[in-house]
Formats: sequence, structure tokens, C-alpha cells
Amino acid sequence: MLRHRVIPCLDVADGRVVKGTRFVDLVDEGDPPELAARYADEGADELVFLDITASVESRPTLLDVVRRTAGRAFIPLTVGGGVRSSAEMREVLRAGADKVSLNTAAVREPELVQRCARRFGSQAVVVAIDARRRTPGDGKEPSPTWEVVIRGGREPTGLDVVDWAARAVALGAGELLVTSMDRDGTRSGYDTELLRAIVDRVGVPVIASGGAAGPGDFVAAIRDGGASAVLAASIFHRGLVSIGEVKAVMARAGISVRLPGGLAA
Amino acid sequence: MSDTVARLDVAVVDHGAGNLVSIEHALAAAGAAPRRVDSPGEIEGAGLLLVPGVGAAAPAMHRLRRAGLDRAIVDWLDAGRPLLGICLGMQLLFEGSDEDGARTLGVIPGRVRRLVGAPTLPHIGWNQVNRRREHPIFEGIGPAADLYFVHSYAGAPVGDDAGAWTLAETDHGSRFVSAVARDHVVGLQFHPELSGQIGLRILGNVLRWAARWPASPGESATLPSKLPTPITAA
Repeated sequence: MLRHRVIPCLDVADGRVVKGTRFVDLVDEGDPPELAARYADEGADELVFLDITASVESRPTLLDVVRRTAGRAFIPLTVGGGVRSSAEMREVLRAGADKVSLNTAAVREPELVQRCARRFGSQAVVVAIDARRRTPGDGKEPSPTWEVVIRGGREPTGLDVVDWAARAVALGAGELLVTSMDRDGTRSGYDTELLRAIVDRVGVPVIASGGAAGPGDFVAAIRDGGASAVLAASIFHRGLVSIGEVKAVMARAGISVRLPGGLAA
Repeated sequence: MSDTVARLDVAVVDHGAGNLVSIEHALAAAGAAPRRVDSPGEIEGAGLLLVPGVGAAAPAMHRLRRAGLDRAIVDWLDAGRPLLGICLGMQLLFEGSDEDGARTLGVIPGRVRRLVGAPTLPHIGWNQVNRRREHPIFEGIGPAADLYFVHSYAGAPVGDDAGAWTLAETDHGSRFVSAVARDHVVGLQFHPELSGQIGLRILGNVLRWAARWPASPGESATLPSKLPTPITAA
């Protein structure tokens, strides 16, 4: 059966892997191609590079990082951050990425999702959604709702997350990468209600992001949230837990994961 | 990796559907010398013809026909030369696709259909490839290895030869054919180039398998082609 994927995310700034809390306070955590190859060896199912500077100046550095990684890690590589056009997406794919994630540019110009899906196929288009809770536990709303935020969490949009998710899929997104801004970097667990609300509305795979502290959170994102894949950054970079350990715990919890092996003895 | 295999000349058909960078990197890592081809003349002399691709059949067939590559692929097969189709490249070997109604190469009896009962589509991620028989390309690979998929449609061999074509099956809501092989033709619905070390092992096996098929003219192919009359571009 289809395995649930464990995906390390490498937040890249100026050619280095960094990680902050709620998108600020950056700490240097290593060389991207080196970390990527290590994760592939450890059993990562895919890799995500996110250019968190997302500036025009940082693009050549990012493409170089993608090129250096593509020849070393033979698993799918998704690259995101600042891609604004299908021409820019083509550049990233030609450098060796297998998929590109669109976030702010897709919200500002939804037709971009359609253009990229038509040109490169839906399988290459991941729409990344940053979500912030509208009703943080005040109990007045019958059910929670979330607002789409863009520009790394700096700009609220007024868009409902679940509605935007459904529209992105209708426009051709092949996968959704959903980040809880409330949980990101806090190590308080994924927002499983957010995931469930989206999974119940769309048919494409949903990748959970934001808040992972340990293997138990991955299990919850899949079992309670319905996610197809789980993404995390700092807990892997800092060696708090290995991908192998995470998968072993998930397997013991009854979740279908790809374990090492497959080559006959 | 033996010397004969290490430098196998692999012609990778560029029909505009999908990214060729990952397959080129993986072929190089598996010991091949890949090169992109977009015209019939460039295929000559290759040790393996690889038809890659993702996405829909119609635009890919349009590009192939415009370049004369549809006929060149079938001529290659008629000459008994080895071919590997990956994902869309495997689907193009069937007679047609339900995805967009495209008429395809017609090498394998059957059509490409949408996956039935799938809990999520596209079918993205690692899934078990359950082998139905032995084949050199799976040498050293476990009988139900996890390999990487990205697709919503799959080809289903039909007729008396269905069993002869089917090499492996995979479940996603329902069972579909995830690998076909007969004589000098292999088709993989999964992506060996995205399937880590196991994928590289399969590609290495494919290179060794391809080297077994003789290049000399006059060797008769055992596989009949059923290419429909080419459509003249409007």
C-alpha cells in the first residue's frame, strides 16, 4: 500500500540551511547538498528546499544549491520560495528540482497555478499554504477557521484556508503543503484540526508542516489529521531524532511507512 | 559495474513532457552515458532507447508525431532494439489513453485508464511493487520493493497477451499494473530515478539487460507493432 512520507525540509538562506522560530531568529544549521544526501541515506522519502529569503539576488545561489543536490540525492526534490512565474519555475526544474512549491505568488495570481500545471504537469506543482487560526480557542465559533497569510507570515489576506485549498486544487495543484503559522517552530505538534479540515475537502495529498516535536506528532498528523506526508525541519537538523527513529515509531503505531531494505539479501 | 555497461549510450527521448534532469543524473549514477534526442536520426547507434515523461499523452504524442519520433520508436522496436518506458513513457506504449483520448503507439494491447477507487489522486509517493514473475531488471530487488510513483492513470494490458506483458502490480484503492516487460520492451509506471538506491539498482539492471539485445541488423524482432497510420499535422 501507499506509504506515508517523511520529508525533511531545509530552509535555505544565502546557500545555507537555517531554521528560526515563527520565521524569525535564524540559526545556521549546515550545507544543503550535504544534509540532503545524509537525509536520503537515512531514509527520507522526499526533500524540500525552501528559500526563505526568496529574493531576486538569492536566486542564483539557490539554483546552484539545487544543482549540487540533484546529482547526490536520488529522491524527489521540491523547491519553493519566491517563484513568481512559469519561466522562473522552469529555471528551478532545469536546475534539477522535481517539483516547485508556489505560495505568495499563487495567492496574488491564482492563474499562475493553472499556467504552471498546464506547462509542467500537476505533479510538479505544489501549492504551499501558510495558515493562521482565526479563533484561537475563544470557544465562540462553532468550529475553527484559518486565514491564509503570505510573505512568510507578514501579510494577512482575508482568504479562508479551506476555500483557497479547494481552489488551488481546482486550478491544478497536485499536492498541498500546509503550514500552521501558529505552530511553526514551537514544537507543540501539528494543527491536526487544520489538516483534517483540508483533507476532508480535497482529494490530492496533503503534506503537514509546522510544529513537529517528535514522532508522536507525525502519527497524529496522519491518524487524526489525515495527512499523506509529514514535513519537519529543525528536529532533524539538530539531530534531536533521526528519520529512521521516527519511522520506527510510526510503524509501531500502525502507520504504513517505507522502512530500510528492499534489496534482496 | 562492468565496462560494457558502464558507458552504455542511452538515447533519452525529449518530447517536452517532464523534466529530464533527474533521469539523466540517475542514469549517469547507474553507469550510463545519457543524451537527449528529439529527432529520429539521433536515435541510431544508441544502446537503449528511453521514453520518459509525466503528464498527459496527447501533447507528448503531438510532439513525437511532429518530429517523426513515433515512427522511429516503432521502427526501433521492429528492429529488436531495447526500449525502456517510464511513467508516461510506459503509458504511450498502449493503444490509447482515457485521460485525453489520445491515440498512442499501440505496442501493447490495452488502454490507459484512471486509477479506480484511489483514496488520493494523484497517486504520489512510495508504494509496493509486487512482482508477478522474475525478470533481469529486478535482479537483487525484493519481491515487493517500495518505489516512487507520481501519476493518476495507468495502462492495463488486455487480451491473450495480458499475462505475458504484466511484470508487477501495485495497490492504490485498486490493483493496477506497475511494470510490463516482454522481449526487448520494459515499461515502468514508477520512477526508478526518484527511488533512491533501489531505483539506481533497477536502472543498472536495465543497462545490463539492454546490452543483451544485439545491435546487428537482420535480427528479427519477436514483437509485432500495431502502429496506426501516422496523422499528418494540420
